[in-house]
Amino acid sequence: MNITSFLLMRHEIILLVLILAMLVLEVATKPSQKKRLINIAIGLFLIHTIIGFFPAETGELFGGSFRTTGLIHFFKNVLNIGVLIILLQSADWLRDKVAEYNKIPEFFILLFSSLLGMNYMISSGDFLMFYIGLELSTLPLVALVAYNSFSEKSTEAAIKLILSAALASAVSLFGISMLYATGGSIFFEEIAANLQTSNLAILGMVFFFSGVAFKISLAPFHFWTADVYEGAPIGITSYLSVISKGAAVFVLMSILFTVLPALTDVWKNVVYIVAILTMFVGNLFALRQQNMKRFLAYSSIAQAGFMLMGIIHGGNLGVATVVFFLLVYVFSNLGAFGVVQAISSETGKENMDDYTGLYRTNPKLALALLLALFSLAGIPPLAGFFGKFFLYMAAASVKEYLLVFLAVVNVTISLYYYLLPVRNMFLRKSDDAIPYFKSKSMMRTGLVLAVLGILVLGLYSPLYNYIVELSASVL
Amino acid sequence: MDFSYTIFILIIPIAMFLLLGFFYNKIKPAVSGWIGVAGLTAVAGMSYYTAYQYFFNIPKVAGKFQTFFGFKMNWMNYILPKTEDLPERFLAIDMGILLDPISIMMMVVVSTISLMVHIYSRGYMKGDRGYTKFFAFLSLFTFAMMGLVVATNLFQIYVFWELVGVSSFLLIGYYYEKPSAVAAAKKAFIVTRFADLGFLIGILLMGYYGGSYDFMELNNPEGFNIILENAPQKFMGISVITTALILMFMGGAGKSAMFPLHIWLPDAMEGPTPVSALIHAATMVVAGVYLVARMFPMFHFFDDGFALHVVAWVGAISSLIAAIIALTQTDIKRVLAFSTMSQIGYMMLALGVSEYDGHEGLGYMASMWHLFSHAMFKALLFLAAGSVIHAVHSNYLKDMGGLRKYLPITNITFLIAALSISGFPLTAGFFSKDEILVAAFEHNKPIYFITLFVAGLTAFYMFRLYFGIFWGKKTAYEHTPHESPWSMTIPLMFLAFMSIASGYLPFSEWVTADREAIHGHIGLFSNLGAIHWDMAAIAIATGLLGIAIAWFFYKKPTDYPAKISAAFGRFYKWTFNKFYIDEVYLFITHKIIFKCISTPFAWFDKKVVDATMEGIGNKTVDVSKLIKGVQSGKIQDYAFAFAGGVFILVLIVMYML
Repeated sequence: MNITSFLLMRHEIILLVLILAMLVLEVATKPSQKKRLINIAIGLFLIHTIIGFFPAETGELFGGSFRTTGLIHFFKNVLNIGVLIILLQSADWLRDKVAEYNKIPEFFILLFSSLLGMNYMISSGDFLMFYIGLELSTLPLVALVAYNSFSEKSTEAAIKLILSAALASAVSLFGISMLYATGGSIFFEEIAANLQTSNLAILGMVFFFSGVAFKISLAPFHFWTADVYEGAPIGITSYLSVISKGAAVFVLMSILFTVLPALTDVWKNVVYIVAILTMFVGNLFALRQQNMKRFLAYSSIAQAGFMLMGIIHGGNLGVATVVFFLLVYVFSNLGAFGVVQAISSETGKENMDDYTGLYRTNPKLALALLLALFSLAGIPPLAGFFGKFFLYMAAASVKEYLLVFLAVVNVTISLYYYLLPVRNMFLRKSDDAIPYFKSKSMMRTGLVLAVLGILVLGLYSPLYNYIVELSASVL
Repeated sequence: MDFSYTIFILIIPIAMFLLLGFFYNKIKPAVSGWIGVAGLTAVAGMSYYTAYQYFFNIPKVAGKFQTFFGFKMNWMNYILPKTEDLPERFLAIDMGILLDPISIMMMVVVSTISLMVHIYSRGYMKGDRGYTKFFAFLSLFTFAMMGLVVATNLFQIYVFWELVGVSSFLLIGYYYEKPSAVAAAKKAFIVTRFADLGFLIGILLMGYYGGSYDFMELNNPEGFNIILENAPQKFMGISVITTALILMFMGGAGKSAMFPLHIWLPDAMEGPTPVSALIHAATMVVAGVYLVARMFPMFHFFDDGFALHVVAWVGAISSLIAAIIALTQTDIKRVLAFSTMSQIGYMMLALGVSEYDGHEGLGYMASMWHLFSHAMFKALLFLAAGSVIHAVHSNYLKDMGGLRKYLPITNITFLIAALSISGFPLTAGFFSKDEILVAAFEHNKPIYFITLFVAGLTAFYMFRLYFGIFWGKKTAYEHTPHESPWSMTIPLMFLAFMSIASGYLPFSEWVTADREAIHGHIGLFSNLGAIHWDMAAIAIATGLLGIAIAWFFYKKPTDYPAKISAAFGRFYKWTFNKFYIDEVYLFITHKIIFKCISTPFAWFDKKVVDATMEGIGNKTVDVSKLIKGVQSGKIQDYAFAFAGGVFILVLIVMYML
């Protein structure tokens, strides 16, 4: 191992530099100048995102604690793009609402720390690294959820998050200790080699699964989701629903596939049950939500249920479809949250009824939300359709027809509630519709990126084939 | 032959949609109407030219019509990784324009009806606030429908299939200030989407086991053995491919309003009447028939045509149920809606009883022919009904009667359409229905008798409608009804001409299952020679009987209202007696036939079929209400649920599995 081997951790090192840079800038900037830090931070992160696309080596560090592959590298880039869009969409909120409390650099420091944790979690080669990454990604998030100062809801959400997260961490740590007891190691490869089917191992798997399921907000570990999503600032809600969830799904999948292949028959059943439960719970709760954030919270729970379909496949095709779906989901969900954010930061309105007649006053925003919701609902030829289509294909190819059927039933239910805001915006008219406003340029860039993603991913197939090739090398 | 210009058949409508949709505040209504008509004229002209070139100028190869591609591009390629029993494969998804007899026939149907509806709408929608938006939606629909019929592969057809659903949603919900219209639009969208679930799973299975989405590859009989080798799995005794076909037919049944997925169609009548004529009579609702026809070789060959039997029986049952329900409806558009469902059932059953080769493929030809002639006379019926509604401002029979004096053109054209749908000799409906009856008689006797019975019912309810509107009692109108403007009557006259003329097109030479001519008669009037007069006689008799009964019941009351009031004293007994006879008939029809057969059917339809579908929706909402309390907001409860979840999962995996 020499000094260049550290370049395997390129993403993490640059993020760490960014965090330190923000710390220094925080001290070095006059309070009145701190608004400028928003642009600087976003600019720096943009550079980081671009550097991420340079070709990368694959390999291991620290005796296998840290590893990186083509797919992991690709997925980190996906997360970066997601965070970049979130930052663009949150810039107005930071400038208008947060600046007066003088907490701008801290926002970036916390957010980048959380992302750093996720990167380590994704790259982990043993359970220690995994756990450190998990905690590093969660703790700063608690502070970020409470970022709406003097808002009771925001504070309450943060407390709920930290208490639930503590419980989940404890449970998953307990599960990891049992896996250690049966596998005799904390290294993934050694556990995979040693693990036999035993009751203790199964118990460990279920506990570990439950802990991670909390992060993905799978039913019945999802209860914190709606409250926290509603209370948190919208930018953080999108981060929770897209980045945090996406990274956790990815890690869960790779651990189930590579560390616990001995228990495949057992965890498939667990995933099966949880997938069905999650889809139904998410959809049934979403039907009656009035608050857009809660609505999208439940919709994202239901979407997580779909991702599990690809995990059930258990092979390379499953990995590829899940990663593709996550990519699509990043853009679709950020498109929807972006519009909600734009309207909320301009008018403070977050209810579905407030959107009545939006098409007449703000046609572009209404169209962006329409595309995002249709993509989430899986209407062709938008990206969301293909994401779901490949998941069905993965599940159908291992003959899980019942699961596919239940999934399509759920898609139909979801269509009903995704149409509700669409109906409000396009078919109804209102006398006190949200008046026309022009979003700031950063917000617009963020929305345009999301919409482009929705349109392009559906129509540009080489990307999917690229993911298929990447995932073939991973397992 | 170069057909590359056909791409404009798709480009023109979508360009019109974008133009009218984006600048709908800036374009004057009058201009937008003309833009729509001009664009559609161009599309129709190209469709006719294509049909002319294809059927007359291009030589057949070995007696068969060839397939051409007006345009074809590779849209996407996907890798299907290697599995235990299948090698790694590539799935290509194309976008293109496929030209063969049925797609060209559909192009002609869609463009003709759409053009007529555009012309008609200029008069019908005059003064409506969203006039331009309406034409924009019509263009979008035309684009989607055209894309559907020229699809080269399953994936393309599915994408346009959904787009058709979306544009139909917009058009049905066009009167968005009417809550019932918005509800109907949603119902139509969601019911058809539910059916599309089947379609989607069917496509998935077909792509995975059939190894292709392309119609040319899938329908190639030489490739069937390879597909069978790759798809050895049996599911409930039938092969995966047959399952896939039946699932795809489920999607088709949803769009084509086949029992029990038909419940959206009557409600969809809330849309503007021209929309009903375009979407719910001639184009979108026959998409399911078209899909089966498109995949016909597969339907026919796999599992000895098991999927095709399903199609036949679903068609026959839908056709019967719809005809019976149509008897009792009083909203004229709803009568037409059920009638449409019944006639599409005809097309389905004709496909269902068809074989592949030569004369055995008569049902296929009959189905396509009936699709064509039905599109003409049913669009006419809807547009004429629109003209009536335009004149009396009501949808209900009770507000009509004696309109023949006020609406002479509508009267005549409606009569022609009604004769045609009833199978009156020498009209288009007579020829196409005759072929369906022959096909059913030769291949499936029970279905033949259903078909014959439905033919009688059709004639009856159609003339009940005709007499009820144009003859019957003299209603006192607040405003004297007047004939509609030229923009509305010209399409009526053209379609009336087509309702007769399309019976003389040599369909048996043009559109057949194996693409070879069936009869070999040449010339305009060869159809007369090809008729099976023995079969036709029975059909004619049935139809005339239906018309006669309707005449007896519904034309007569015209003379009565006046006489009854005049003869109140001394002629009382006479009238009473006469009236008594009517009462007997009324008793027989209303009390026995309607109450005992028709009403229960209608009840069953409304309370059981409809209610089940709605019930599923309502129950979902109820469950959603019920479980709302679970989300209490208390963190202790969440922790409890968390721990409980872990505990139950452990129990399940340790002890139950």
